[in-house]
Amino acid sequence: MTLSLPMSRREVMRVGLFSLTGLLLDHRQLFGADSGSQVQPVNAVAAGPGAIKAKSVIQIFLWGGMSHNDTWDPKPDAGYDYNGSMKNFLPTIVDGITVSEWFPKLAKQADKYSLIHSMTHRNNGHETAAYLMQTAHMPGERLAYPSVGAVFAFFQSKDYKGLIPPYVVLTQPQGRFSEEGFLGPRFKPFATGGDPNANRFEVEGVVARGIPDERQKNRRDLLQKLNTMGSAMAASPQLTASEEAKKQAYELILGEGRAVFDLSREKAELRDRYGRHTFGQDCLAARRMVEVGVPYIVINYPGGWDTHKDHFQTMARQCPQLDQGLAALLEDLKDHGLLDSTLVWCCGEFGRTPKVDWQPPWNGGRNHYGNVFSALVAGGGFKGGHVVGASDAKAEEVKDRPVYPVDLLGSIYQLGGIDASAKLPHPMGQDAHVLPPAAEGVKSGGLLTEIM
Amino acid sequence: MTAIVASLLVACAAPTEAAPSVFESPVTPTPEGRIDKLVLAKLSKLGIPPVLCSDAVFVRRVYLDVLGTLPTAKEAREFIQDPDTKSKRRLLIDRLLARDEFAEYSAMKWGDILRIKAEFPVNLWPNAAQAYHRWVLASIAEDKPYDKFVREMLTASGSNFRVGPVNFYRAIQNRTPDGIAGAVALTFMGTRTESWPTNQLAGMAAFFSQIGYKPTREWKEEVVFWDPLSTNAEASNCASNSSTLTATNIAPQTAVFPGGKRVKLSPDRDPRKVFADWLITPRNPWFTRNIANRVWAWLLGRGIIQEPDDIRPDNPPSNPALLAYLQKELVASHYDLKHLYRLILNSRTYQFSSVPRSDAAQSEANFGSYTVRRLEAEVLIDNINKVTGASDLYTSAIPEPFTYIPSDQPAIALADGSITSPFLALFGRSARATGMENERINKMLSAQWLHLLNSSHIQRKLEQGPKLKVIFDSGHKPPEMVEELYLTILSRFPTPDEAKIAADYGKPGQPKTAKRREDWVDLTWALINSSEFLYRH
Repeated sequence: MTLSLPMSRREVMRVGLFSLTGLLLDHRQLFGADSGSQVQPVNAVAAGPGAIKAKSVIQIFLWGGMSHNDTWDPKPDAGYDYNGSMKNFLPTIVDGITVSEWFPKLAKQADKYSLIHSMTHRNNGHETAAYLMQTAHMPGERLAYPSVGAVFAFFQSKDYKGLIPPYVVLTQPQGRFSEEGFLGPRFKPFATGGDPNANRFEVEGVVARGIPDERQKNRRDLLQKLNTMGSAMAASPQLTASEEAKKQAYELILGEGRAVFDLSREKAELRDRYGRHTFGQDCLAARRMVEVGVPYIVINYPGGWDTHKDHFQTMARQCPQLDQGLAALLEDLKDHGLLDSTLVWCCGEFGRTPKVDWQPPWNGGRNHYGNVFSALVAGGGFKGGHVVGASDAKAEEVKDRPVYPVDLLGSIYQLGGIDASAKLPHPMGQDAHVLPPAAEGVKSGGLLTEIM
Repeated sequence: MTAIVASLLVACAAPTEAAPSVFESPVTPTPEGRIDKLVLAKLSKLGIPPVLCSDAVFVRRVYLDVLGTLPTAKEAREFIQDPDTKSKRRLLIDRLLARDEFAEYSAMKWGDILRIKAEFPVNLWPNAAQAYHRWVLASIAEDKPYDKFVREMLTASGSNFRVGPVNFYRAIQNRTPDGIAGAVALTFMGTRTESWPTNQLAGMAAFFSQIGYKPTREWKEEVVFWDPLSTNAEASNCASNSSTLTATNIAPQTAVFPGGKRVKLSPDRDPRKVFADWLITPRNPWFTRNIANRVWAWLLGRGIIQEPDDIRPDNPPSNPALLAYLQKELVASHYDLKHLYRLILNSRTYQFSSVPRSDAAQSEANFGSYTVRRLEAEVLIDNINKVTGASDLYTSAIPEPFTYIPSDQPAIALADGSITSPFLALFGRSARATGMENERINKMLSAQWLHLLNSSHIQRKLEQGPKLKVIFDSGHKPPEMVEELYLTILSRFPTPDEAKIAADYGKPGQPKTAKRREDWVDLTWALINSSEFLYRH
């Protein structure tokens, strides 16, 4: 059963949403015959007045919740109970921005991004907080809202006709909530699976191990011949739609779409710069997708940041990878002329308790903390080299300029050219807007105009 | 009318050109009972000639619809070859309704409607979701009458960990009286209160204004109870994140039944019981109609009122006499749902072929052909695993410690919507957020095709699945192996054409007797990706 959108099929076609049968559309011209590392950026634009500044968005989701104290809002004077074993704090190339010892590479790129030190929503549950950070709506209504990625896919696919689905997640789905919400499964993120750091990035369903093209074609023919019921019922609307979706799938399996995921087409030196680990190569794959115009890409941080236990060990291992991949991504986007048109945002669903929990079973862990935490934003119309808001002396509460989910997402929507008051097609015909209207009483500290 | 039916049946007994006989029975459908008479009368008016499905189609269909599980090759073969054409379908229906998977599969459907999910957005918590599911499963397994089943939910009090049915009142995102009334109306009346006038909802909400929720000393335990001191105005025990109550214009002591009758709530009686007494009776216009229509929709693929949970005056039944008859039967059987299942499954209407002879949409809307629909996510992966002998891992990442389900448990038996796998999410399993039937989406999308056609997840099952290995390594002659694969995957024998295509597949020039392992894998792959495998038909 389909949710009946209050738009007719004709209207859907006219406004250019991608095919009703699936996420993928035929638009081969995005992948020229010589596609490879020299793919022509179709996405580099000079943003004029009123233009969409962020043509693509890369969301690095630090799921589980990354500590803000130990990363981008360090408090050198807070003492051992707050800082644990971390002792060094790094100045960056921008006066007034300090990061923890684990981010030397990002310290050198500080002119490219801004840090928000006063994110807040005061919720400490993974799922509710993840929902808040990606929809800005309070749970409690009958239907779940779509995540920001699904909303981008919904609106921006008007101009996007690529083979790769408009909303991709590297590599595993978050699964915290149904990110497509009431927009339905067409707007579900496409999860690549596989490991971009492996010899071959085996994107689940696109690049199969050990099946050469000839065999793919042979078995496709065999399926065609043996599809007895499908042939007997060729006029069935369900089966017709299904066949159409299958055809589109084969555009990726045997067509040119898969080249985007072939990271071996990049220079070894560049791959090294991103870091030979899954997150680093996730970032590189994301840049390649941006080049072909994919509107919204999520990097769901491999392993996550839910460090109740082994906190400092995990941070010492993961932060340098985050530092390397993200710094390389910002620099590389800049080098490709894509940073101005690509919005990058990076944060978790919340931060972690500023005071270290030395009691068993945590033994030096940090727990969920939604009162205040940090986010990094860059490109796509966001200015670099700024800090928005401030937390208090130990990063336990907001001191200045609270930034609520609705403020961050509202800013991202504005830069993406999406009217946050626009209506979404609610399957039960209710009033549903991209962001909750002010009348709903959702807390707001205002859009991030200081860095837009 | 009998004459019309008879002439129609004669008309469709004539051999028709199209569909291969493998899906259809040459036997002329004769009305088997009241259902068939009512359906055929409508069809003859519309000029739609129905055809019976073949035994092979029937065995597969009824296994899938009753158990959510494919017949084994042996079960399919024995049924198809059983010479007792007069009663073998009826006997099979009886056998299947007695199997354990019937309860498991029914509990899965109820799990969607009753929103059995530990985490976001209804947040039951794992122990409570398990208790809720256990109660549903046990109720179905013991053939609890439907009226009793509903009454237990509507009037339950006690701990969410110990008294399963109290979780009905917890599995609601918006735990205000309005929100609860909306869930009750959707679940047990099949109607969406969004389309009601505001005061109608407020009147019904008053029945649910005295529900209290209180924690205990056990982590996440919550007691649901009748709290006469709670009123709409001070419903502080209701969900903390609830929005403003809209029921405040009703005096706390007065409630209004959805039909318009006002009732004074007495301080010594739980108003939930007052509501249950009104709802759960054969005289109630909503109660029986909702469940009769739902069961029909589950089996036939669409409701007599469609969608089954959108009953309203301007959405009338496509065949009112048919719905009225089902209701009458349900009441007469004292709400024995299995009686209704048996009645529907034994009708010729249920056993019509899915290959339409005329306009497909019109034919399906009037039950002139069985509605094809893609297998639900759980059923699809269970069947792939059953055919290959492989298994999947189901987990819930929250809360810690993570939950892992033993690998021999099928997906249809998963209690909790939070316990999942990437496959289930991709193939449109219900999010169990609203209890609406259309939260589950059984439609083929490109991303799903990518997964079925070309993922390592599926390819691994084809290459390494232990049951397939047994067939591949059996040493039987290729035609026998082809037959075994067809019976295992499609529950039927191959046609001569299909047998030849299968025999010819492989490396050009190689002897047909020397198929490589990968040719067998490809053949299996093709059958699993055929519409016949992926769809109920």
